Amino acid sequence: MNELPQQLVNGLLLGSMYGLIAIGYTMVYGIVQLINFAHGEIFMTGAFGALTVYIYILPDGTSMLIALPLMLMGAMVVSVAVAVGAERFAYRPLRGAPRLAPLITAIGLSLALQQAVWAWYPHAKSARTFPQIDGGPFHIGSVTLQTGDVFLLIAAPVSMAILAYFVMRTRTGRGMQATAQDPDTAKLMGVNTDRIIVVAFALGAVFAAVGAVANGLKYGQIDFKMGFILGLKAFTAAVLGGIGNIYGAMIGGVVLGIAETLATAYIADIPGLDKFGSQSWADVWAFILLILVLLFRPQGLLGERVADRA
Amino acid sequence: MRQRSLIAITAALAAGALTLTACGSRDDDGGSDSGNGGGTTVVIGVDAPLTGDLSALGLGIKNSVDLAAKTANKDNYVDGVKFEIQALDDQGQPSVGQQNATKLVANEDVLGVVGPLNSSVGESMQKVFDTAKLVEVSPANTNPALTQGVDWQTKQVRPYKSYFRTATTDAIQGPFAAQYVFNDSKKKKVFVIDDKKTYGAGLAATFTEEFKKLGGQVVGTEHINPDTKDFNAVATKVKNSGADVVYYGGEYPQAGPLSKQIKAAGAKIPVVGGDGIYSADFIKLAGATGNGDLATSVGAPVEELPSAKEFVANYKAAGYKEAYEAYGGYSYDSGWAIIEAVKKVVEDNDGKLPDDARAKVTEAMQNVSFDGVTGKVSFDEFGDATNKQLTVYAVENGAWKSVKSGTYTG
Repeated sequence: MNELPQQLVNGLLLGSMYGLIAIGYTMVYGIVQLINFAHGEIFMTGAFGALTVYIYILPDGTSMLIALPLMLMGAMVVSVAVAVGAERFAYRPLRGAPRLAPLITAIGLSLALQQAVWAWYPHAKSARTFPQIDGGPFHIGSVTLQTGDVFLLIAAPVSMAILAYFVMRTRTGRGMQATAQDPDTAKLMGVNTDRIIVVAFALGAVFAAVGAVANGLKYGQIDFKMGFILGLKAFTAAVLGGIGNIYGAMIGGVVLGIAETLATAYIADIPGLDKFGSQSWADVWAFILLILVLLFRPQGLLGERVADRA
Repeated sequence: MRQRSLIAITAALAAGALTLTACGSRDDDGGSDSGNGGGTTVVIGVDAPLTGDLSALGLGIKNSVDLAAKTANKDNYVDGVKFEIQALDDQGQPSVGQQNATKLVANEDVLGVVGPLNSSVGESMQKVFDTAKLVEVSPANTNPALTQGVDWQTKQVRPYKSYFRTATTDAIQGPFAAQYVFNDSKKKKVFVIDDKKTYGAGLAATFTEEFKKLGGQVVGTEHINPDTKDFNAVATKVKNSGADVVYYGGEYPQAGPLSKQIKAAGAKIPVVGGDGIYSADFIKLAGATGNGDLATSVGAPVEELPSAKEFVANYKAAGYKEAYEAYGGYSYDSGWAIIEAVKKVVEDNDGKLPDDARAKVTEAMQNVSFDGVTGKVSFDEFGDATNKQLTVYAVENGAWKSVKSGTYTG
């Protein structure tokens, strides 16, 4: 049987996950030029927020149809609270400080959040199981989809569309664009840049929360370390797509996801490369792709105007 | 204003850091009830992953050694000597394990160490202990190279005289699994996956060799990246390979999701692994589709051994929060082997610890022999356990059930 369609879908799903997280990196970078390395942990706390709603708030045996929207809300509330808190208490006091200071703060915050969940969330010292949506799998041609995958396939484009509408059409969204272009001028024109920055953090957290719920549904488990590697990958996706560009984040995520999946599936079939084809080599191939893209397009796939700012 | 908020943050961070340190140090003196009573105190070091995704197994090891120490104290097994444990967390990482080894060597009261869980961690600790002539007994390391040298297949040379283990090696475990899969389950086409770690890759290699020798066919191999949870690309390959069984060399944090994703991809075939997946957490992570998955583990099931009844009862009575898991019996025996060795050394020296106690204990360990939880405990010329029993377990209705015990004879 031809496995290419299934592998492409596998890559698309993995990439959509990267994309949802990458949006947070790229928006915050676009506006304050900060690489928020704690974003992976904002994603992780969102997953635990959703789990809390399901296990400790809703009565046992609640149907996922009712539980899912509430879990999404729970995830968003927790993620946004953590992100806004981080902005207010960790990053804002350092605005105007040399760029390394907030970067180190972000790394510290990332570790602190991981350890806090590890120490204080009940039974979080090893992985916790996440509720699943019943039904499925669905077969479309030679492609098999699980219910968790369907959620991700719907959630990712819908989130993207909402984000595009928000940034392009609303007043706050235009304020974000203005602040990204030139924070000082935007301030002079009456844009409340402090508020815009908070909104950027919050929006990034909302999408991370959607990604977190999708991640839990897809893999059926969450743990306190889940945000670290995924966060790094998502950051890579953001750079690949062109950091600062929200569409680039999603495109970069999907390209990275498909590259990893295809590398796992097919590199081993190329004569002479059978040693370099397994999944443990997939990251190597993905980063070779990243280097190639950055060699020819230093601004990333869809990026623009980054060079004159960095 | 900015200055003040900076100070506030620094203070908050410092307070947070202190809290975290406090959390960490809780384990350092775990289980010691320091009722010293004027006699000598001997500390048994424990190194295992007490946090992180392998902590279920690690905490079982720690508790079981603690139980051995407490039992010896209660019975006054070694006259004038009280045992305490010092448990360190290696997080399953070789670098952390090596730091812990150095820490344990620095504590002069430590006369023996039980641990670690992971073969890769064991590899990083061996030399540190050997230089200090401090005896190390692992309840769980199964990589053959640790006792028989890297060329164990052709020429067996013991690299470190201070290293012993109560667990059976993969040189036996892999072939044992291959024979079961080929002869009893009648599976002929295998897809072999490993995580490239010392334990997983070694196990997968010994399995593959025996499976081919029996006449089975390896239809595909794959090495996964243990940092991710997304194995869908691999699962799709497994499905299209036409394999009727998957062998996985690795541990349950990856094996659980892997099993789940292979079945979700449409390949309804059992996943078989070694003692690294024999954990209740595997079943939790693999979910409902994990039924029928198999694992081999060292020794016979503790619950079924008459010699283990007392251990199981005492463990329950001691009220530990965590289960003893796969290595509980072996950890207890490892701890007890150290206690036996200390007893021998103390009795040979008129009831006192000699000055070179560590070297003497290491020497005494070679000849230790007693009836332990898992059967007769003694060591061969390489430091390997002479007890070479293995058991195949299957997941049935959400629990591991032993299906076949035996001794691998080659």
